[in-house]
Amino acid sequence: MTGNSIQLDKNGNLKHFLSTEGLSQSLLQKILDHAESFASVGERHVKKVPLLRGKTIANLFFEPSTRTRTTFELAAKRLSADILNLNISTSATSKGETLSDTLHTLEAMHCDMFVVRHANSGAAHYIATQVAPHISVINAGDGRHAHPTQAMLDMFTIRRHKKDFTKLKVAIVGDILHSRVARSEIHALNTLGVLETRIIAPHTLIPKGVEELGVHVYHDMDAGLEGVDIVMMLRLQKERMRGALLPSEQEFFQRYGLTSERLAIAKPDAIVMHPGPINRGVEIDSSVADSERSVILQQVSHGIAVRMAIMAMTMGRSADDIGETE
Amino acid sequence: MMRIHIKEGHLIDPANKLDAKQDLYIADGKIVGIKKKPQGFESDVQIDAKDKLVLPGLIDLCARLREPGFEHKGTILTESLAASSSGITSICCPPDTDPIIDTPAVVEFINQRSRDAGLTNIYPLGALTQGLKSEQLSEMYLLKQAGCIGVSNALSPIDNAEVLRRSFEYAHSCELTVFLYAEDKALKNNGTAHEGAISTRLGLPAIPESAETVAISRALLLAEQTGVRLHFCRLSSARSVSLIKAAQEQGLPITADVAICNLHLTDMDIADYNSDCHLQPPLRSERDRAGLITGINDGAITAVCSDHQPHDVDAKAAPFSLTEPGASTIELLLPLMMHLVNRKELKREKAISLLTSQPANILNIDKGSLETGKDADICIFDTEADNSVNKTNLLSAGKNTPFLNWELQGAVTHTLLNGKVVFDRSKPD
Repeated sequence: MTGNSIQLDKNGNLKHFLSTEGLSQSLLQKILDHAESFASVGERHVKKVPLLRGKTIANLFFEPSTRTRTTFELAAKRLSADILNLNISTSATSKGETLSDTLHTLEAMHCDMFVVRHANSGAAHYIATQVAPHISVINAGDGRHAHPTQAMLDMFTIRRHKKDFTKLKVAIVGDILHSRVARSEIHALNTLGVLETRIIAPHTLIPKGVEELGVHVYHDMDAGLEGVDIVMMLRLQKERMRGALLPSEQEFFQRYGLTSERLAIAKPDAIVMHPGPINRGVEIDSSVADSERSVILQQVSHGIAVRMAIMAMTMGRSADDIGETE
Repeated sequence: MMRIHIKEGHLIDPANKLDAKQDLYIADGKIVGIKKKPQGFESDVQIDAKDKLVLPGLIDLCARLREPGFEHKGTILTESLAASSSGITSICCPPDTDPIIDTPAVVEFINQRSRDAGLTNIYPLGALTQGLKSEQLSEMYLLKQAGCIGVSNALSPIDNAEVLRRSFEYAHSCELTVFLYAEDKALKNNGTAHEGAISTRLGLPAIPESAETVAISRALLLAEQTGVRLHFCRLSSARSVSLIKAAQEQGLPITADVAICNLHLTDMDIADYNSDCHLQPPLRSERDRAGLITGINDGAITAVCSDHQPHDVDAKAAPFSLTEPGASTIELLLPLMMHLVNRKELKREKAISLLTSQPANILNIDKGSLETGKDADICIFDTEADNSVNKTNLLSAGKNTPFLNWELQGAVTHTLLNGKVVFDRSKPD
């Protein structure tokens, strides 16, 4: 629903990156192409390019995160931008400062980009509607809604292994209900033209009407894994056991945990993905997580290149401008 | 007292099946003649109502005036002004003010403020339980003595079925109607949008239909057992309508209303997290919206309220789920109803009855019709006037309207309360 209108400028270039939904296939491919160029930067002796020199990027994390924040920080530094890390826990807002006040304070410090993580769906979208016109907003995860940079690094990883999206069957397994990663992946996969996207989970973890996002729903793991090329496991949060959503981690693992035996149901060359951090023995067996079928660590390193590409593009720069390193 | 002659208007009074061009004569605060001029009547003022509709003053079953306690969102004066500019002469307000309407003193305060404003009749609902805490019964008899027209727990659900049962029984002994907003707190589970494809796509915590239907079913069983007169406030789902209809067919004294937003909007209107569409009850699917219209046409739902909830700007300036629910709607109640008539979803007489005679029946007040001898509460409506919705032309202190930039047709030109002109669009002050 996060429409083109706000994510793109009047020339159709990326202005904010809030959701994978509503963006064209060519734009998503362009992000992946740029990320390929940036990936090579990471392999150089000097890892920096001066694309965003003089720009100030604020990491606005209203929800704690180390991994995502760190990769954004690294991506910004490799683009030669100045980066400001702000962990705005609820305490700042409980002092009476509204979200708009916080944003305007940061604008007064001449920031050029906000990387936002927030516990509420739609927060990045709201911030994008509030900021001054020269500021770009990148969504680093909002509630259950979207985590588009994670989805794009997953697409990057898939493309490196499988080349052609249109021949792929993909299964996403686990807590779809609460997962912003799953929603962003579903939109990205469908836009990139995969043959089929499946989700696999018990009824309690599948949100109503999810079929309308373009997925087939499976409640049986074995049936859902039949013939798939990609198995994307989701992290299961411990608090799901406290509500009435699941009885126990053990039972979940019995029914939906990815073991070598289960993986054998998928295609012989199927790869295993996970946004991390993984819960060994809950959603994935160690023997699978550490096997050569697992591309989990590659996902992490691709995260930096993909985020560099997105940051540069929203600032009107591209990998074509890389030129010499510093 | 002023004698007023309303000339050549098109009178519509569903209570008396009146739908004709006739003159109306007012003296001493009452209607003294319809069609035929009373003997010796000399008018002090003439109002030309040619090509306009002359209706009974509108009765709104739910509007928050925000006073006492939330004056930064609105006051009895600002919101009565907004109401009277839209033909509303009677307002029923829920007890969730601060302090809560659970003592006669608060009722007296509201009545005093209402008299000072002198623009509308205000009918407060008393709290069903003390402090709306769903534990102890409120002093319903004393609240009734002080002027409460019914009792309600506002938006606070009563989880404990024993408390719900006893409150029904006690209200019944006080001959008070219980106004119930049916919502199961556990099933609502902090949700902020209707459970379906839209909430799934937007990642908003979802409110299942069962949050309403389970609460209604439970209340209906207890109403049957206790015999209380029960009014369900602001239905949002089609399934709820069928539950209510079944109870009515069984002969139970059950009535229900719906908020105007739920007749026009659906969860689709949330679009990109439009916080003005964050409502309680939530906007549901098109199937639900159509079901509510059918419920009106079947007679299961007999009133439409504004569910007016004016907010300050900050209340709506945040990510969707962190905003306060509710919309500022009181000024659009009649134009939005007429919009449904223009779209042929409702017949005109039916639409008017939902805002006049029928809510009067629910409140059991002698208003909402055009009859000789009745209080001269009148609304004159120009069906041809353009009415484009924008924040600058809303009189309410709350500018939080989900109907921004809608082009509606028709506007109230005059409002009379007890035979006195309290609003005249040609004389802005």
